[in-house]
Amino acid sequence: MQIKEFLKKLSEAQGVSGYEANVRELAREEFSQYADEIRVDTMGNLIALKHGEVAEESPRRSIMLAGHMDEIGLLVTKLEKGFLRFATVGGFDLRVLPGQEVMVHGRRDLPGIIGMRPPHVLTREEREKVVPLDKLFIDVGLSEDELAKSVRVGDVITLRRQFTELANDLVSGKAFDDRAAVVCLASCLQHLATMKHTWDVHTVATVQEEVGLKGALTSAFGIAPDIGIAIDVGHGDMLGVSEVDTVSIGGGPAVGFGPNIHPLMFSRLVDTAEAYEIAYQTDPIPGRSGTDAWAIQVTREGIPTGLISIPLRYMHTTVETLSLKDLQRIGRLLALFIANLDEAFARELGLS
Amino acid sequence: MLKELSEAFGVSGHEDAVRQLILDTIKDLVDEYRVDALGNLIASKKGRGRARRKVMVAAHMDEVGLMIMHVEKEGSLRFRPVGGIDPRVLLAKKVLVGDDKVPGVVGVKPIHLLEPKGREQVVQVKDMSIDIGASSKEEAEKLVKIGDYAAFGVSFSELGGELRTVKGKAFDDRAGCAVLVGLLRESYRFDFYAVFTVQEEVGLRGARVAAHAIAPDIAFALEGTICDDMPKKRDISPTTTLGAGPAITIMDRSVIADRRLVELLVNTAEKKGIPYQFKQPGLGGTDAGAIHLSREGVPAAVVAVPSRNIHSPVCLLSLNDLDNTLCLMRETLARVHKLDLSR
Repeated sequence: MQIKEFLKKLSEAQGVSGYEANVRELAREEFSQYADEIRVDTMGNLIALKHGEVAEESPRRSIMLAGHMDEIGLLVTKLEKGFLRFATVGGFDLRVLPGQEVMVHGRRDLPGIIGMRPPHVLTREEREKVVPLDKLFIDVGLSEDELAKSVRVGDVITLRRQFTELANDLVSGKAFDDRAAVVCLASCLQHLATMKHTWDVHTVATVQEEVGLKGALTSAFGIAPDIGIAIDVGHGDMLGVSEVDTVSIGGGPAVGFGPNIHPLMFSRLVDTAEAYEIAYQTDPIPGRSGTDAWAIQVTREGIPTGLISIPLRYMHTTVETLSLKDLQRIGRLLALFIANLDEAFARELGLS
Repeated sequence: MLKELSEAFGVSGHEDAVRQLILDTIKDLVDEYRVDALGNLIASKKGRGRARRKVMVAAHMDEVGLMIMHVEKEGSLRFRPVGGIDPRVLLAKKVLVGDDKVPGVVGVKPIHLLEPKGREQVVQVKDMSIDIGASSKEEAEKLVKIGDYAAFGVSFSELGGELRTVKGKAFDDRAGCAVLVGLLRESYRFDFYAVFTVQEEVGLRGARVAAHAIAPDIAFALEGTICDDMPKKRDISPTTTLGAGPAITIMDRSVIADRRLVELLVNTAEKKGIPYQFKQPGLGGTDAGAIHLSREGVPAAVVAVPSRNIHSPVCLLSLNDLDNTLCLMRETLARVHKLDLSR
């Protein structure tokens, strides 16, 4: 697997929360090369299991890795005069929508744009306001009759953006939140193919994270792992945002610390990074992490959970920006963490 | 042709790539051509017969865009708009900077880090920046420089349907340029001056000097104009409607179109069965605004291809409208030599 090519493919694929099938197939293609078993659960999570070589008389242990494959998107709510009105799926900033290209998944895929009334005809007062949802329209360029035959209320809409390479190994595109994590998972499996590990590894591309961590909730229950690690995106440093709220792009995996993270998971991840000289940074998270880790931690009787964040700028826009170097490092860190899992660590965690 | 024109780079003041593209296409279709001091491309075809009129048809090559003003020490680029751009269409868009087309994106503070009030506030251009991936000023300056122009990074494609809709950037006024190139394939009974103008978006600068140099008897400006046909509460006018044919201007902010030319356009359309519409009066300005006041005055009119979302990263037009605009102009020009201009 080539990290950049796989990220491009995943980023340009369409998979709004609840409609992740396209992305799941891409992930399945990649995961299945390294997995012993692969399945899709009731909710649609893709679960790849790679067996560990468990020593005799040791209990079988398992770790779950989770990265979500859904993206925020839109839904058609009404057809009006040849235009589409829409609702949002997931947390949207309306300010980024005017002038954005979209794909409407009607009876066939229809490319279109999000339009608004031209500023020439607006009053000054209107021009100084963020364009509200009821004044934004999706325009696929069809006549009213054609549109009625091609699109129905409830059809899903994805935002479009070509993957773009910037300077410095940085890349920009849509849905890096959290397809970049799916790339890290594949990279981890690729590393593990040449490593010895004793714990079973459940690699999960989860669904419906953006609408409430739903895929992680049910897959963690189903797998019932001994420990879990979620990989998600964290706010990267950017102009106009305080360093307090961000981690450094290109600074390596941001290892989460706080109530959502088991302290021993944190320290073990950090120790692994130190031991193998992988650049990393600490990401203090004072409460709700808003990631799959939040759901995994409280599954069944509780699961020691870790969180690794991929530094990412401009989250929830179509120009999310990250460093490919960080993805490489995360794949490697995860694999080394897993290869070093042993019974001593299980005892330290107090696992039964 | 519209695809190449749309994807070419030509922010006001830097229309070179568009001009070269047009020149390569029209060189063999015209008797003479030259590029004037401001950068206008003036091409002419001698007419048949004696006592010939001079008819000028103008379309502007420039598009709205951005200019790099400053490089921050962290490597981000500060910019200002060139021409009228609503700042609300800029956030989270891809741009290409400079002649090397260095890719960049207009950054946005994520919604997660905004105070609730921040979500209601329009981000001003002065607070925006372009991220090209550089991590320092030095690194950024190896790729771009202050004064570089930036244009939207948007590709042209067909959306289809019975309106034959296409999407892309800069249809204002590459649509007009495409029509004007088409008109150069005909021959005329008057001296035809096709002028591909510069700097329309920053104040009709190119058309003004070209009109002075040519001193035409009659002029037309070809435009890509606003289209406001989406649903709205107080529906006074759609300005123009997509797919309803070329829009004929009665009056905009820059010109009251010559009534005789308007009548000629309308009569021609009706006689030939070409659909047409009138543009809502009072909105926008065009090269005709500069041309009709050139020297002692020039009878001038405007014909435009309706385009939704002009002056934004991606606009949309109907190829039916484009074809009908070409058709209406061709038929009108075939009759314009007979027009009585005496008062």
